[in-house]
Amino acid sequence: MKSKKETKKPLLEIHDLFASTENLTILKGVNISINPGEIHAIMGRNGCGKSTLSKIIAGHPSYEITGGKIKLSGTDIEPLEPEERAQSGIFLGFQYPIEIPGVSNLEFLRVATNARRKFLKKEELDTFEFEDLVKEKLEIVKMEPTFLNRSINQGFSGGEKKRNEILQMALLEPKIAILDETDSGLDIDALRIVASGIKKIANENCGIILITHYQRLLDEIKPDFVHVMANGKIIKTGNSELALELEKNGYEWTDKFIDKT
Amino acid sequence: MVNDNLVDNIVSEPYKYGFVTEIESEKISKGINEDIIRLISSKKNEPEYLLNFRLNAFKKWQAMEEPDWADLGYEAIDYQDIIYYSAPKQQEKITSLDEVDPKLLETFDKLGIPLTEQKRLTNVAVDAVFDSVSIATTFKEQLAEHGVIFCSISEAIKDHSDLIEKYLGSVIPASDNYFAALNSAVFSDGSFVYIPKNVTCPMDLSSYFRINSGDSGQFERTLIIAEEASSVSYLEGCTAPMFDTNTLHAAVVELVALDDASIKYSTVQNWYAGNEQGVGGIFNFVTKRGKCLGKRSKISWSQVETGSAITWKYPSCILIGEESVGEFYSVALTNNLQQADTGTKMIHIGPKTKSTIVSKGISAGKSSNSYRGLVKIGSKAKGARNYSQCDSMLIGDKAAANTFPYIQSQQPNSEVEHEASTCRISEDQLFYLQSRGIEFEEAVSMMVSGFCRDVFNQLPMEFAAEADKLLSLKLEGSVG
Repeated sequence: MKSKKETKKPLLEIHDLFASTENLTILKGVNISINPGEIHAIMGRNGCGKSTLSKIIAGHPSYEITGGKIKLSGTDIEPLEPEERAQSGIFLGFQYPIEIPGVSNLEFLRVATNARRKFLKKEELDTFEFEDLVKEKLEIVKMEPTFLNRSINQGFSGGEKKRNEILQMALLEPKIAILDETDSGLDIDALRIVASGIKKIANENCGIILITHYQRLLDEIKPDFVHVMANGKIIKTGNSELALELEKNGYEWTDKFIDKT
Repeated sequence: MVNDNLVDNIVSEPYKYGFVTEIESEKISKGINEDIIRLISSKKNEPEYLLNFRLNAFKKWQAMEEPDWADLGYEAIDYQDIIYYSAPKQQEKITSLDEVDPKLLETFDKLGIPLTEQKRLTNVAVDAVFDSVSIATTFKEQLAEHGVIFCSISEAIKDHSDLIEKYLGSVIPASDNYFAALNSAVFSDGSFVYIPKNVTCPMDLSSYFRINSGDSGQFERTLIIAEEASSVSYLEGCTAPMFDTNTLHAAVVELVALDDASIKYSTVQNWYAGNEQGVGGIFNFVTKRGKCLGKRSKISWSQVETGSAITWKYPSCILIGEESVGEFYSVALTNNLQQADTGTKMIHIGPKTKSTIVSKGISAGKSSNSYRGLVKIGSKAKGARNYSQCDSMLIGDKAAANTFPYIQSQQPNSEVEHEASTCRISEDQLFYLQSRGIEFEEAVSMMVSGFCRDVFNQLPMEFAAEADKLLSLKLEGSVG
């Protein structure tokens, strides 16, 4: 895989990205480039800008890009609405998936899947075709079909919510999946299910960003690159060894890499 | 909040039924007094008993005061500034649809209620009411084969006076409340339905109320009687043109269900709601009540209330017969400066009576939306049960929602359950749906219809489609 990488065009390019919310600058020049098939981990202290970065890529309206560029397969995505970004293949797995009472999970998944399929110029699925598809994908996250009849995330346990995110990722087959602390709040069994789900979905055409605090997810899914973020910037990039070093020494050890200027 | 404006745009879709039909009308002079009431009665060639009914109601009305307990604010209504009778000028005696003014037929065509034989809806019989008079009733003959009477109330007063004398005012007496008394004095037209014993009405019946004139009120009166072991599903729709003045609509609907009979009454109310500044719109003061007289009888109200500047409406059930059942399913959507104070009364008198209340209020813009409901369990209603669920959804941060539940029980052996909730469409919920590729408008509409699902499931098929269309009219539009 590594040898091919050089010939591939990057899927996602983030170039000198600045962003703010409510006049507070949160991202201060982020650079990252992800090729197809790569798995990147982003680590860093709480409040360093990891979640903000993921929301900005997905187009959250509370944040404003004040400088730099985000490109998906060479196209600037800034003018795109969140739904257009999703349709073109950006997926954000939320740290705290929100509950939406009254809206059936099944209907939601079907509408979302068809929106993506429409963009890909694939035929939209009717109720029956979709049920077949979703049952197949449920296996990946070991969820019961009864799960589909409930309202979106309503009354789901922490683990169920995260598995529902991975189910969505499986259905939408994104180009770039950003998984924001998908491992947080999971017990060991749930973590294994989620991690194995991600591995099954990952393929050579898709790039994955794992935002995490913990080595235990990275034990399950070995990243190609590990980035350490601090103060709105990526201050150090390495391979999976870097995560182990962080685990041993803590974030204080990376403070020396912060550009004081 | 970036998205709040977008939500506002979506729910502010312009009113599509706001056109005026240019037609010559016969109007009487403004104001209300005994002479006016005699004039209305004589225009309709009414029998003596009905004139007395009206005059008696007028006396009671004069002695009453306009209620002010609802959570509504509006400028005082000048009852002398209203025209109480307005009818499109046409031939005296109309025997077939061919004689109806084409402009009127065109109007109902435009509203999606075609009346002519070639175009009319095949599965629903329609009584079309234009201002103060019924224009046409479809499928009358076919229904008559089953013994079903479906006609305008004016016709029923002439042709079925035994039934009218027996039941008119038997559920809602003239003295019931201010607006019911006013209606009893001046009501002009409306629909009459009689379902004989053991008959299941072969098709849905429907009334469509159209207010066309800007300065006249509409005071229609509907009476539905379901004899033993009969059943009927009745649908009601209403629209009005856009005027910058307020038009008063004070209707009375009475339902009577005998042993084992069932009546399902569904409304989609889309009167003109006024503009964004709250100018104009219909003042909708309506008294609707059903009497479950018979054992195991059932009356079910479902309503989708989206229009009117002011809505004051409490479709209720009086559960007299043993094991009778009352139901109320309501969606009320208010936007801009609309005000709605709506709900129900479930009066349990007979033993083992049951009632269900599901109310969904959606408030957007600067509107105010209140649920007001009474559940009363009388001393003889042993084993009575009620379940109430009242949910409110707020869109934006300037709308208001209130819930006023009243529970009175004189019977220890009874059960009353009440659940209430309030939620808001949050930016994060919308973003969640959008981030899965779902368009903003569709996301809002999914959340709103998800919220209303329990009620929509209760609407008859023919109507569910219309309600859906109506909500999407209000919820779709130009984004951004």
